[in-house]
Amino acid sequence: MTESPPAPSEPGQAYSGRVEPPAMGPWARALRLLAADRAAMLSLALLAMITALCLAAPLYATYVAHTDPFVSNVDGEITLRGKRVPVVQPSTEGLGLGSAPLGPTWEIGNFLLGADEQGRDIAARLLYGGRNSLLIAGASTVLCLVLAALTGLVAGFFGGFVDTVISRVLDVLWAFPIYLLAISLSIVLITKGFDIGPISISAGSLALPILIIGIVYVPYVARPIRGQVLSLKESEFVLAATALGVPAQRILLRDILPHVMTTLIVFVPLLMAINMLTESALSFLSIGVQPPDASWGTIIQDGTNLIYTRPMVAIAPGIAIVLTVLSLNLLGDGVRDALDPRSKLRLR
Amino acid sequence: MLSLLVRRTAQMLFVMAGISILVFLIFFATPGSDPASRIAGRNASPEVLAAVRHDFGLDRPLPVQYALMMQHLFITHDLTSFVNRGQRVIPEVIEAAPVTLSLVLGAAVFWVIGSIGIGVLAAATRDSVVDRLLMAAGLIGISMPVYWLGEIVNLVTQSRFHDTWLFSWVPPLGYTAFTEDPWLWFKTLLLPWMTLAILYIGLYGRVLRANLVEAMQEDYIRTARAKGLSESRILLHHALRTSLIAFVTLFGLDFGALVGGGALLTEVVFGLQGVGKLTYDALRNLDLPVIMATVMYASFFVVFANALVDITYATLDPRVRLA
Repeated sequence: MTESPPAPSEPGQAYSGRVEPPAMGPWARALRLLAADRAAMLSLALLAMITALCLAAPLYATYVAHTDPFVSNVDGEITLRGKRVPVVQPSTEGLGLGSAPLGPTWEIGNFLLGADEQGRDIAARLLYGGRNSLLIAGASTVLCLVLAALTGLVAGFFGGFVDTVISRVLDVLWAFPIYLLAISLSIVLITKGFDIGPISISAGSLALPILIIGIVYVPYVARPIRGQVLSLKESEFVLAATALGVPAQRILLRDILPHVMTTLIVFVPLLMAINMLTESALSFLSIGVQPPDASWGTIIQDGTNLIYTRPMVAIAPGIAIVLTVLSLNLLGDGVRDALDPRSKLRLR
Repeated sequence: MLSLLVRRTAQMLFVMAGISILVFLIFFATPGSDPASRIAGRNASPEVLAAVRHDFGLDRPLPVQYALMMQHLFITHDLTSFVNRGQRVIPEVIEAAPVTLSLVLGAAVFWVIGSIGIGVLAAATRDSVVDRLLMAAGLIGISMPVYWLGEIVNLVTQSRFHDTWLFSWVPPLGYTAFTEDPWLWFKTLLLPWMTLAILYIGLYGRVLRANLVEAMQEDYIRTARAKGLSESRILLHHALRTSLIAFVTLFGLDFGALVGGGALLTEVVFGLQGVGKLTYDALRNLDLPVIMATVMYASFFVVFANALVDITYATLDPRVRLA
């Protein structure tokens, strides 16, 4: 035998004499459990809907709203209930300085949620912003999990000096308050971009927040994975494989990785929820997504000056964030229940 | 126990040194980051840049700059700001610390009471409507961006409903020292406390419920039942006690991070000049001495809380000491 099965199987099952139905694999079982979880399925549907709506942003802007939400429209006018109304009016409050953009009209395609200070359609911006928020949250999750899996596997499996170095670096990163680390990296990188060897990212690129958010949460995932690998290394099926002379890299890929995979999948929705909140916070502090691009966080930032006069500018993207993060968390609970019934895995 | 203390202290010092080097590298060695050009302004001539570099010691080798900064911060305590020249950094941090401490301590009271209440109630009414509603509310609490919640709170209490009896007591945004006017201190901080606490109430309430439900399956609970103890006594005296260990761990870490400046977003939204806000302003100006001081201050609390949690653990559970 040169190959050990990825999961410990029941020996002797085939010889018991009775014909048993083929056992469900662990993945099939988990999928069935997940499909039976109503809250998780509902949130998956909501996520799919939000994603579809955001992907349809150009369609909404071009064919429904007939507006370009990335161009200043301070002098624009629209027809509202038969009357011509300017999109941005001089303010009548206080000293009469500043400007008051249109509030929500509740007419689809006609500044449904009102305009921002530059007279741009908030509803259309919300959809475009959602694309970036979802993209950054998703991509940084993938990046973080890949990096964390690599460091966790290498540290846990090879042990010794490599493990010591990696663990100490993770300790330092872990003790660095997460928002301070993310903000520090953003502030340094956002002005001039990033240029090391073959990797070059321009200053306003979406890749910057993806990279930063992807890195700062690595210790939170790598640590549990390292622990898991350490205990798997002592398990009987790995010892058996080692005794049979299976090469280390094969053990790592065939015996250990499948187990770690479960952990990684449980982390996907939970990490994506946290990443979305982090991205929105960075963008709110104007060091995340850079104009002309928008994200839900930058729209809340746009709405901060208008919070007392036109609160919808800040409220709408906030609701979008809450709905998305809430469904990600619910889905995450469902995935965890399906794959890790003892619910030991937690982020934070 | 003594060896654990020594080991933990050494580890703390190592991590803090690591963080200081990391901060230094981020701001001095990252390609594209040039503190001199930030200090000199956008269109500074090469001569001005060179003068600034020399003036601030930025033309010296990086290890020397690092050593000098550490010496000024930890030994002579006279580190001065890059941006407001002559301004001492350490008094600035000391001035901001009580604001953050007030905010975090008050919020902690809310979140400890709130989450224990929610966790115990949900575990006691397990799988009922009450349990589901509480857990759903907790999940919403976790899913809200705190700065957004703060803006909504401001919108409601400072503007829309400020003139009604409900919120007419809310003072304008800002901070009043406790020593100046304790009642005003309480009134200005009440809403920031609740805003900051909501995330943690949700988080801790959910964790506590899960731990309680798990603890209720244990053998010692069955023994307690067999002894004829009442359900509420079992829940509060037996299950809650063991479940609080995980709670205390979480609390130590989050509290440390928040005191260290993790409450930055809440401070920004409510106009509180705390450590988080100080760090953020320093970061915006690339005022490295201030950044270094605040990050060292922050990481001290994180690392210290970490060590405290470990040592508490070791005193509670002898098995940990041997590990």
